[in-house]
Amino acid sequence: MKLEELLLERASQVLKRWTDLIFDSYPADARRFLRKQEDPFANPVGSAFSREIETFYREFIGPANPEKLSAALETVIRIRSVQEFSASGAVRFLFLLKKIIREETSKEVRGNRISQDELLALESRLDDAALAGFDLYMKCKEKVYEIRAGEARSQVSGLLRRAGLISEVPAWDSEGKKSTLG
Amino acid sequence: MAEKIMKPEEMANVNHTPPLLSGWMHRPVEIKSGIYCYPAKPASLEYVSFPHAREWSPMDEDWKLPPNWKEIILEGLRERLERFRSLKIFMDICVRCGACADKCHFFIGGGDPRNMPVLRAELLRSVYRKEFTTAGKLMGEIAGARELTVDVLKEWWYYFFQCTECRRCSLFCPYGIDTAEITIVARELLNLLGLNIDWIATPVANCYRTGNHLGIQPHAFKDMIDFFLDDIEDITGIRMEPSLNRKGAEILFVTPSGDVFADPGTYTCMGYIILFHYLQSLGFDLTWSTFASEGGNFGYFTSHEMAKRLNAKMYAEAKRLGVKWILGGECGHMWRVINQYMDTFNGPADFLEEPVSPITGTKFENAKTTKMVHITEFTADLIKNNKLKLDASRNDNLKVTFHDSCNPARAMGLLEEPRYIIRNTCNHFYEMPDNTIREQTFCCGSGAGLNAGENMELRLRGGLPRANAVKYVHEKFGVNMLSCVCAIDRAVFPALMEYWVPEVGVTGVHELVGNALILEGEKKRETNLRGEPLPGMEEEKDV
Amino acid sequence: MNFIFSIVLSSVVVLILVLIPWIGVGALKLDTLFGIIIPYIALFVFFAGIIGRVIGWARSPVPFRIPTTAGQQWSLPWIRRSPLENPKSTAGVVGRMIFEVLTFRSLFRNTKLQFRSGFRIGYEWEKWLWLFALAFHYSFLVVLIRHLRFFTEPIPGFVNLIEQLDGLMQTGVAPVEGFMLPSVMISGFVLLGAVTLLVLRRILIPQVNYVSLPGDYFPLFLITAIGLTGVLMRYVLKVDIVSVKELTMGLVTFRPSIPYEIGVLFYIHLFLVSVLIAYIPFSKITHMAGVFLSPTRNLSNNSRFVRHINPWSYPVPVHTYDEYEEEFRDKMIAVGLPVEKMPEEEAGSAEEEKE
Repeated sequence: MKLEELLLERASQVLKRWTDLIFDSYPADARRFLRKQEDPFANPVGSAFSREIETFYREFIGPANPEKLSAALETVIRIRSVQEFSASGAVRFLFLLKKIIREETSKEVRGNRISQDELLALESRLDDAALAGFDLYMKCKEKVYEIRAGEARSQVSGLLRRAGLISEVPAWDSEGKKSTLG
Repeated sequence: MAEKIMKPEEMANVNHTPPLLSGWMHRPVEIKSGIYCYPAKPASLEYVSFPHAREWSPMDEDWKLPPNWKEIILEGLRERLERFRSLKIFMDICVRCGACADKCHFFIGGGDPRNMPVLRAELLRSVYRKEFTTAGKLMGEIAGARELTVDVLKEWWYYFFQCTECRRCSLFCPYGIDTAEITIVARELLNLLGLNIDWIATPVANCYRTGNHLGIQPHAFKDMIDFFLDDIEDITGIRMEPSLNRKGAEILFVTPSGDVFADPGTYTCMGYIILFHYLQSLGFDLTWSTFASEGGNFGYFTSHEMAKRLNAKMYAEAKRLGVKWILGGECGHMWRVINQYMDTFNGPADFLEEPVSPITGTKFENAKTTKMVHITEFTADLIKNNKLKLDASRNDNLKVTFHDSCNPARAMGLLEEPRYIIRNTCNHFYEMPDNTIREQTFCCGSGAGLNAGENMELRLRGGLPRANAVKYVHEKFGVNMLSCVCAIDRAVFPALMEYWVPEVGVTGVHELVGNALILEGEKKRETNLRGEPLPGMEEEKDV
Repeated sequence: MNFIFSIVLSSVVVLILVLIPWIGVGALKLDTLFGIIIPYIALFVFFAGIIGRVIGWARSPVPFRIPTTAGQQWSLPWIRRSPLENPKSTAGVVGRMIFEVLTFRSLFRNTKLQFRSGFRIGYEWEKWLWLFALAFHYSFLVVLIRHLRFFTEPIPGFVNLIEQLDGLMQTGVAPVEGFMLPSVMISGFVLLGAVTLLVLRRILIPQVNYVSLPGDYFPLFLITAIGLTGVLMRYVLKVDIVSVKELTMGLVTFRPSIPYEIGVLFYIHLFLVSVLIAYIPFSKITHMAGVFLSPTRNLSNNSRFVRHINPWSYPVPVHTYDEYEEEFRDKMIAVGLPVEKMPEEEAGSAEEEKE
């Protein structure tokens, strides 16, 4: 039996364990809500995770469609990069899959029904996916900063066109806190 | 100040199961960048005579509180309990049933338990119990009471500036407990110690001085309007002549200044100008004001008193100019203040007359005492009476959905008026799912003065439930334009969309009107108000 | 607050409350104390407490009109408004409150089912919350009304009617007439069932668990104990109903007397009830009074056409137009904005500058 087939066969167990571990990265009180609330509009985070994690898994194990794969990964990381996670915390979930796969296949590997090499190859691919995850995380963070900068401009867009016509007030004046006010 | 970076061995030990057993009271607050807003600059607070203005940083251990800070807070709380029945009742009757818990957009998008409305309220309620109830005094923590400490105060500051006062939770509460009321009072208390955020305090000072949040001086305001007139002339071939500060006009128009200076609100502003010009020949007599040049009211995010001080300008200016009534532009919290506070704050407006549309003769009976009419009420009435010649096909490149802004929805009930206008100015209109619109609408995540830049992560996660519903109609119907009747929405949705649904733009309702309106003597329009080619004109433009 | 501690503490307190009358009546024979004095004290505390509470709330004014609107406002005549969800008049508010108090309208909002994935139901627990809450409150009400038979003579018709309805299911299914007497009252069991579910919900749902206090578990446990003693008395360790009624009628007519022998179980039941009613004003159970005073629900959305007065309104400093013009007059004149006061000397120079 091939590793691929085995993992697809066990997809539902693996996915259940994996999404559970992902939800476990949230505070206990939020976990149940994220897991149980199935309305995608009342629970955009939880429903997106369940959906995209499955897509990712099936694409990653089966014949991969790189676009679908990275889109699924991006959706998850896009959400996690504006939540309470460090960079490592945001991407950690990809490494969790390694652990789950190792555990799920341990019997078959020991019985030599699955070759060790095959497992290692899969793990290397997962490492690559995790690295891509870091890139996506950075991309999202950069987007956040880009938006911040862009917004600062558009909030005064009209005024920029007519530069010099607003009174100077402290908020827009990083240096002089005592300008025209007060 | 520096961000803490974990060492590898620490990382391995991260406990992803927070101690449910120790409860929330003993979890110290961790103030994070991307979430908190910069503190108020002293000059802004001083300008409106707010106490304890000083330089301080939330990341510092020492917040430079006055020595008697605790007395100030407790005395302030006592005073407010005597003034607001809402507060007193909301402190006493919560049964912690949890119905509100997953209704807050910040909790839904971020998962921080202290963003559950019930817990946000408990932050204040626990101190109330300790100081104002016998059970709390005697039994302490067993009765859910806790001492007011500096840590508690920091927690208040951090979390009460993570509430957008959107009132979604209050809709689901069986007793109508309104977290907005609790947040408003908590922010009032924090302001007694000079603990405001700059994004609120500086617009307040600006508005007090120059009449609008950005501090646009009168000549610059006029210049901005002139600039719109140039653009409109390019597009329509007509030079319009709106008046400013004109005495004796029949109607005063007040709109959030965001419409005057920030894209894409500017296009909505052009829409107003075009509509008013269209009506002029029908006997419409309106003036703008540079003094009352702000419909929004960041004072309301500070204290009831500051809200009243800023709001006073509208009636004062209406009186000075001798108008008959006031027309108000598209804005969210502005309309909460007008609908639920203005007459009580600064009325009676007995120098004004009951609003009557000069075009249709419709009496706006629902504005009998405030004498202030919402522009979508006004325009919907015009359309209903066939007073506007509209070409909805000019908006055919748009597939529009409508976001109900929190305050018009849950503090007023303005639901159908904007929809009626959209349906008459656009051919493609699609609603988002039912549990994300109308009274159940999701907040933009940046209201109540939280539309700063430094808290972008907070805003993006708070806006996720809204963006998620937009994404759904985008994918299902190809929606490419999110319309709204709120200036904060127009300012913050572009960022939200750029992150979550980059293909969707943002517009005000009157931008759609401005595009669709067929003017007497206009040239053949080739572009919309944004300068983009109209549907069917793309090629001609290229030639 | 640790939820295990909360639960243990609440159960221990309830247990002690059971033991007090057990010892007091069973061993020390303090029948008068537990049968007459404590119930009177409890009633007094309840009325004084609840009146104090309501007066306390009412003493604070409602400075602003802040209803949460949940539907279309009244605006143009051709736009259909929601008279109950967004009331414009007192009648509408009364309607809204009736729905709120009798059907828990706001909780029901949670149950809107939409966009389910597959056949599974979203919103599971929210719907249950509404259902449990409704079952709990209504069965409590029925139990309360049924108890009126102990405090009235003759027994009013509606009490008998409610009792008949409550027992209807049982008489219908009993195979042999008189097989199970007295007939089983559903309400008592629904009450116990609902309380159990509310407790479980509080323990099992982390969000709710996290915010729960001992004061959330205690009343549920106390009511469980009251219900259990009641059920025991009715179906298992039957007490002398005639004696009970003698005592209760004595209490209600202010001619209290202790009948010969009722049984300690009754005193435990009575004591727990006394504790509950005395506890009400000082706990979250005051929501039963507070909900009627909640400003987001009991006000109409009419503040644009009926003036609302803030009793403590005070004048505030404002920035006047004159101060504004004073600061910006020259700039205003320069761009042709009308001004109130044209400075005589500067007017000329401003004109020149403009040239």
